[in-house]
Parts: sequence; C-alpha cells; structure tokens
Amino acid sequence: MIEGVSIYEILTLTTTVFFIGVYGFVTRKNLMGMLISIELILNSAAVNFVAINKYLFPAKMDGDIFSIFIIAVAAAETALALAIIINLYRLVLSVKTKDLETMKY
Amino acid sequence: MRSIIYLLFVLLGVSGIYFMLEYNFLAAVELAVYAGGIIILYINAIMLIDKIGVPMEKPKVGRQILAGIISVFSLAVSLFAIYSYHFIQAAHPRGTSVEQLGKHLLSYGDNGYILPFELISIFFLAVLVGAIVIAKTSKPIK
Repeated sequence: MIEGVSIYEILTLTTTVFFIGVYGFVTRKNLMGMLISIELILNSAAVNFVAINKYLFPAKMDGDIFSIFIIAVAAAETALALAIIINLYRLVLSVKTKDLETMKY
Repeated sequence: MRSIIYLLFVLLGVSGIYFMLEYNFLAAVELAVYAGGIIILYINAIMLIDKIGVPMEKPKVGRQILAGIISVFSLAVSLFAIYSYHFIQAAHPRGTSVEQLGKHLLSYGDNGYILPFELISIFFLAVLVGAIVIAKTSKPIK
C-alpha cells in the first residue's frame, strides 16, 4: 500500500487513462495511433488488477498473475499487428483507415 | 513519433506505480517488455512507415466532439460507481516476492496457474511463426 494514497485515487487514475485510450481509439485516423490507444487501455486494466489485488485481497496473488498475462498478450498482439501493418503498407502505401476499406485485395 | 515518446512516459509512470505498490517483479517486466521491446518495435515501424514532414491529418470536429462526449460521460458514470461503493480495505497489505510468484505460477494444485502458463508459451510460438509468415509473404500489387 502506498502511504497516503487510497484505492479511490488509483482507480480514478486508471479509469481516466482507460477513457483517454477510448477517445484516442475513436478519433485517430491511422492504424498506429489506434494501436497506441489500445496499449493505454490494456495498461490501465493491468494496473487496475494489481491495485485491487493489493488493496483488497493482499493474501492472494491472482491479480498479479493476470497482470503478467495481460502484458504477455499485449506484447504478442503488438508484434502481430505491426507485422500486419507493415505488410499492408507495402501493399497499399498507406496506414490510414479510409484507404483500407477492402478486406481482401 | 511524438505520441510514442509520450507513451513511453506513460509506461514509465505505470512502472513507478508498480514499484510503489511493492510489486517489483511486475515493474521490472513492465520496463523490460514495454519500454525495452514494444517501444523500439513501434519506433522502427514508424520510421519505416511515416512520411517525415507530412503533417498529421486532423480528425473531424464532429467526430472529436462525439467521442469526447461519450468518453467524458462514461468516465463520469464509472467514477460515480467507484466513489459510491465502499471498499473494505485490507489491514496489512504486503507485496509479493518473486519466489512466491514463481511457485504460484508453476503450481498444479488448487488455484495453480500451470495450464495458462504453458498455454501462453504455445501462444508465443504461434505468434512468432505467424508474424514471420505475415511479414514474409507479400507480393507487390502497385
């Protein structure tokens, strides 16, 4: 537990980061920006897991392990998405969503 | 490019939160995986893709306002739900050591996490092969 910081402040922080990520995901026009917003969302969820585990159920460590799995899946997702984006850029020379409407080329 | 650097600072802050919560292993993982791996990957991809000097396209004002309204409304609802609930906080919270974490992650008793652990290693292998295959097979169209 952080001295002088209650769970409400941490939950406020993570909720704010989450909705900043949602806002960026909706407004961004290229794929990289959307991917960065997804990173924000996943990070806030991981911090939420850890904070709730720490403050409410300190004898268990399920939130900790879930957080590790979230980080692992996020890393895998980023690697695959960047591979897809670079391949797509080689095909259509753009990463903007309005140029990428067709599913199959 | 600038947003990547800002994301790096966000990740450093998240890692600092983990350190303050005394989850040292998780903070180290966050620093190593995100700040070390993912940020470099993003920077490489952006240097491959971005046209330097072309200004970024601004989103439409209507969409911006709509997204802002939706986000702020949802944020207000979530914060209201959080603050109206009374959390029963534990008396003596403590951090977890790496040894406890590893034993719990590899235990096959009750509440053990050996199956997801093995599953995610297979998953990583699949992602590795998939990323190579996707990045390799491309025929230039234009």
